[in-house]
Amino acid sequence: MDESKNKRYWNEYQKDIADDKFFYERSCIRQTFFPGSEAAFLKIMREELDKDIRDEANQHTCTGIGYHSDIVPIETTMTVVARLFSLMTDAGYENYVPSCVTSFGIFTEMVEMWKEHPEMLEKTRKYLKEATGRDFEVPKNIAHPSDIIYKYRFELKEKMKYQLVNRFTGKPLRVVEHIGCHYAKIFPEKGIGKAEFPYVLAGMIEAWGGEVVDYPERRHCCGFGFRHYLLQENRGYSVANTKKKFESMEPFEPDFIVANCPGCAMFMDKWQYTIAEMENKTYDKDGYGIPVLTYEEMAGMLLGYDPWKLGMQLHQVQVENLLDKIGIPYKPNEKYRGANGEILPSPEKPMNLKV
Amino acid sequence: MSKIAIIGAGPAGIESASMLARNHEVLLFEKSSTALSNILDKAYLFPDFSSATDIADSLNSKLINENIKLMLNTEVVDIVRNDSEWKIVDKSGKNYFVDAVLITTGYQTFDATRKEELGYGIYKGVVTSIDMERMIRYNQIVNSINEAPKRIVFLQCVGSRDEKSGNRYCSKVCCVTAVKQAIEVRKLLPEAEIYIFYMDLRMWGQHFEELYRESQEKYDIRFVRGRISEASSTFDRKIQIKAEDTLLGVPMKMTADLLVLMVGMEASCGTKDLGVKCGIGGEYGFVKTATPHLCDNETTEQGLFVAGSCKRPMTINDVINDARSAACVISDYLK
Repeated sequence: MDESKNKRYWNEYQKDIADDKFFYERSCIRQTFFPGSEAAFLKIMREELDKDIRDEANQHTCTGIGYHSDIVPIETTMTVVARLFSLMTDAGYENYVPSCVTSFGIFTEMVEMWKEHPEMLEKTRKYLKEATGRDFEVPKNIAHPSDIIYKYRFELKEKMKYQLVNRFTGKPLRVVEHIGCHYAKIFPEKGIGKAEFPYVLAGMIEAWGGEVVDYPERRHCCGFGFRHYLLQENRGYSVANTKKKFESMEPFEPDFIVANCPGCAMFMDKWQYTIAEMENKTYDKDGYGIPVLTYEEMAGMLLGYDPWKLGMQLHQVQVENLLDKIGIPYKPNEKYRGANGEILPSPEKPMNLKV
Repeated sequence: MSKIAIIGAGPAGIESASMLARNHEVLLFEKSSTALSNILDKAYLFPDFSSATDIADSLNSKLINENIKLMLNTEVVDIVRNDSEWKIVDKSGKNYFVDAVLITTGYQTFDATRKEELGYGIYKGVVTSIDMERMIRYNQIVNSINEAPKRIVFLQCVGSRDEKSGNRYCSKVCCVTAVKQAIEVRKLLPEAEIYIFYMDLRMWGQHFEELYRESQEKYDIRFVRGRISEASSTFDRKIQIKAEDTLLGVPMKMTADLLVLMVGMEASCGTKDLGVKCGIGGEYGFVKTATPHLCDNETTEQGLFVAGSCKRPMTINDVINDARSAACVISDYLK
């Protein structure tokens, strides 16, 4: 649609992102569902961008899932956040980079709260000292890893072997970008492009040759919604939300979806299987579903990293058709080779979703 | 004969100039190339559907007066008290010395791109009430693919009574303007479905309430109480809107061919700028008067007066009355 050219607002709002010396904090769930993404980010930072980024062994949860499910009180969350910051302080870093969008929202919220209510910061310092004997400094800069990839998207483009272009048609791939709610909906000015037209993923897609699909339910929740999924009774509501998004994007025939939030990527991937099994419905023409990638997978794939080393075979919707479209080589026989070198058993095939 | 500078050739500036010119010499400054641009961007005026062009012509005819010197393309950048007189400085650096100054720098419409969730400037199917006036004037009401729209949605309070944009005040004219435009659209597109989404309808003026009733009874305009939270483009380039019908208490989604944003009034750049420079800057960038009840054309500065929508949102007839009031006050001051 020619109207996409009018979206100048997407890149109007920018934010400060540090240049180097980052302290990385991993997500609770990403290594399970997208096991190569965090490793790919660290590799990109160290090997492609020559950045100093620390992957701390003693890190732990930020409490985000519990906090947003109303089972962890804010004082606990602040103290846990403070301990993570103390690890950063001890390591001599000042720029905090949480892998998870919800963690990014939590850290941003706590820091903003401390700015507004200094007495809560003092209370947190006291709690942390009493509980652990530790001290901490508030980070100078908090950026999501997608912010950093966005910032260096043109430098990365120079190193990329592939583009987001369909090699059979020569046309840009049509990409749905989905931004986690906690990236910019809580503090719009903390997200590139703010909350209504976030540009963080759109900027990567456009820089790397693709075309962003703007569909009516673009802003809609992925379906996770924390308590909507965590309470089993609500899961139908969670699936219904995701279904609404798929129905809305279906006419645009996207080639793949990219997300910057662990929950979003997971739910938009897994619920395609669920919907296919429940209703025998997929949202692509051929019954394979729409592949869902993390932005690290998208970047790594274009940089020429082995798709199976990126962990893309662990997706519910398989990625071979997408790799073929771009022209990325892969070894089908190596798809399920484990880290110990042994070939693992192939997963059971779904009834309706083609793999 | 005293000399008066009037800054801004809108309805307030022209009306007050025509009255003051009976006994005084008036320098009427206008930074743009035409006078009355905020009237000429309308097709018809509420509540009686008078032609905006006719009203503008009537006002313009008042400028044919040897005591009025209209200076178009002349932007005033500073107003400085110089003992008993005032020095006016224009953008080219030229100075003018006068006995009294009347600021009538008026308003500008809210920039709807600031409400990016409503898609103005992004989707062709989203237009403002000013765009709609142009469409009505030229009988060219079209959607994003240049076809006659089948469903048109008006949204009230865009940039008025709105925390996000920082404008907490009511712009006063949008409610009745939407009703007027909806009726005009109905006359041009008899088959179209027409909706107006509102928070509450403030039909405060003479004939406003009657027009509102008539719009429902005679013109089948449908009113929905609720604000639209977002607009997006569908595959066939219609506009999907999400809102809550607060009377039914249900969220709703609707697809429209055209979404019309009823943009509110803000202080013009000139109003904001001169208000600050003259020390009379008030809330939201409008200028502040000496007192709201008894000295509403005076300022805290002797010899500096204000009139019209540089003070607050006003209808055209409010502006004309206020301009006449200012002329009386200035005449008294110069006696």
